[in-house]
Amino acid sequence: METVPADGLIAASWLLIALPLAGAAVLLLGGRRTDRWGHLLGTGTVVAAFVLGLLCTLQLDGRQVEVGLYTFVATGSLDVPVGLLFDPLSAVFVLLITGVGALIHVYSIGYMAHDPRRRRFFAYLNLFVAAMLLLVLGDNYVALYVGWEGVGLASYLLIAFWHERPAAATAAKKAFIMNRVGDVGLALAIFLMFAQLGTVSYDGVFGSVGTLAAGTVTAIGLLLLLGACGKSGQFPLQAWLPDAMEGPTPVSALIHAATMVTAGVYLIARSAPIYDETPTARAVVLAVGAITLLIGAIAGCAQDDIKKVLAYSTVSQIGYMFLAVGLGPIGYVAGLAHLLTHGFFKAGLFLGAGSVMHAMNDQVDMRRFGGLAPHMKVTFVTFGLGYLALIGFPFLSGFYTKDAIIEAAFDRGDGWGYLLGGVAILAAGLTAFYMTRLMLMTFFGRPRWEPGVHPHESPPVMTAPMVLLAVGSVFAGFLLVVAFPLEEWLAPVFGEPVEAEHVVAPIVVSVLVTAVMVIGVLTAWLFVGRREVPAAAPVRVSPVTRAARRALYADAVNESLLMRPGQWLARALVFVDNRGVDGAVNGLAASLGGSSSRLGRTQTGFVRSYALSMLGGAVVVAGALLAVTAG
Amino acid sequence: MSLTHYLVLAAILFTIGAVGVLVRRNAIVVFMCIELMLNSANLTLVTFARASGTLDGQIMAFFVMVVAAAEVVVGLAIIMSLFRTRRSASVDDANLLKY
Repeated sequence: METVPADGLIAASWLLIALPLAGAAVLLLGGRRTDRWGHLLGTGTVVAAFVLGLLCTLQLDGRQVEVGLYTFVATGSLDVPVGLLFDPLSAVFVLLITGVGALIHVYSIGYMAHDPRRRRFFAYLNLFVAAMLLLVLGDNYVALYVGWEGVGLASYLLIAFWHERPAAATAAKKAFIMNRVGDVGLALAIFLMFAQLGTVSYDGVFGSVGTLAAGTVTAIGLLLLLGACGKSGQFPLQAWLPDAMEGPTPVSALIHAATMVTAGVYLIARSAPIYDETPTARAVVLAVGAITLLIGAIAGCAQDDIKKVLAYSTVSQIGYMFLAVGLGPIGYVAGLAHLLTHGFFKAGLFLGAGSVMHAMNDQVDMRRFGGLAPHMKVTFVTFGLGYLALIGFPFLSGFYTKDAIIEAAFDRGDGWGYLLGGVAILAAGLTAFYMTRLMLMTFFGRPRWEPGVHPHESPPVMTAPMVLLAVGSVFAGFLLVVAFPLEEWLAPVFGEPVEAEHVVAPIVVSVLVTAVMVIGVLTAWLFVGRREVPAAAPVRVSPVTRAARRALYADAVNESLLMRPGQWLARALVFVDNRGVDGAVNGLAASLGGSSSRLGRTQTGFVRSYALSMLGGAVVVAGALLAVTAG
Repeated sequence: MSLTHYLVLAAILFTIGAVGVLVRRNAIVVFMCIELMLNSANLTLVTFARASGTLDGQIMAFFVMVVAAAEVVVGLAIIMSLFRTRRSASVDDANLLKY
């Protein structure tokens, strides 16, 4: 695919990144002077970026446009020119990030209205948007890496936004450290590309990746996957994402549902030419996606914290996307379409959860909700539409995009295809179960509110974004799959769509998925809706429930396999340092000091004893001389 | 008288001097014992000069006498000032020369 030099408005697409970055700089450097209008500036820059992104996209016309900026690193053998690549793939992401981002900025004006540090919150949000845009717009892996670290930093700052709460500070550290594990993988992949190919630009790497040894390509693919797993909360690095819900809810919606956590999917889709060369790494992507989507769905069924249910749902849905991009050419578009619709409905669901928390004095325990539907009509309707879209209710967003992924899995044609498709359908049923449970526990049944809670609808500045996202949740799937097929839009990147040979007829898949969904909903109704929900979580539960509550022991495994040995190692090193190294040095000094003071006691001050030692010495010298000369 | 007699006499004198330095407390006596050792050395030098028929040993003895005279001046001055500060001529009372 040929890239063409930038022209028209696209030449100014660097403004997309510069605008939010300038917003962040003004808000952070301006200090308290910007407190009064800071949130408006922060929102304005993102809205402006969205308008610019929209205009650029309209001018794109299926080309891949190269916007050269400057040379970041220039040495004899390593040149990293910084440029932007505005192609259909990045355009899609730009619209998602700035569009959903702008809505969430508007929502945050209301959500953070009473927070004394609202200006700083908007500064961090702007920083995040700028970094995320750099991530998807960069034309080389180093620019992507800079954006990658930038969103990690913004994520850390925003999770720990209420850093006076120990849980938030710990969660931020956990997220940062687990992300770092993945980032090491990404960095190593970039090193490997440079060592083997001498270039890190997408053009250069994809052009010559075919010349590499199979093992090297597989290594690059697996390392990129490690990076993607860290950022996207995929198995085995999934444990940070649910904890990240300690951050303010708009952050969960923007960063930990709609955009940042999908960066891993972007990375793998963008690196499609690399994965084309390595079936092994691609199979691992598939496995990671399949495992994660099950883990997330199972864990989501047993959580009582409304945001954690949504977080595990995010983990699970990103698992679907990984599964799709792991399928190769038949799955890329399906995965990205699901990514986009998921961005709409999951952001909407999080904003709805935020609205509920707002009404319930920041309570997150669903066992203390119940019967909220009549009190919060807008929230209930928008949340309900997001819920229907997520569980794949026919003709809403999730229905189109999730079905596409499951079809693509069956289209693999072999036994693995059936297994993956089966896993995906099973998880769809679990999704329906846990989301229905959430709906029933929150909006239906008898109120189980804590005393003194008076639920009320949120102000329009919060409900308006929720309504827009709900509209998106309803129609995005239809638009992306049927009306304006994403397949054709992305054809310049992934090639012309080919009519796959369906192993299982699409109608059969749709009916099957819908049937499983209905079973999930009915089961949830049987377990939760039909009877009274206890205000405290039951203690006597089956081992399966207990495992699901603890997210299949992910934290326990991490702790016993990594954290404890790490602590032991650290303690052993401290012991060796204190006793071994310090001991040797201090012991030497002490023994020298002791022996010298003992020697010092031989100096009595009596002249006669000195004279005696002189005489003794003289006798010894004379004796030695005699012995030598006589011998 | 043979060479041996002179050398034995010198050895006896040296021994008396050395023992005196080690066992006596009076600074003056210690000092005289040091002189005794020096002179026993002189006697040895002169004896060997005489035996070998050269003058080297005798010249060396003169040097020793000159040095001994200078040493007496310094030594007696030290003993005087010691006596003035400590009201005693005992070497054991001057025991500050230690760590």
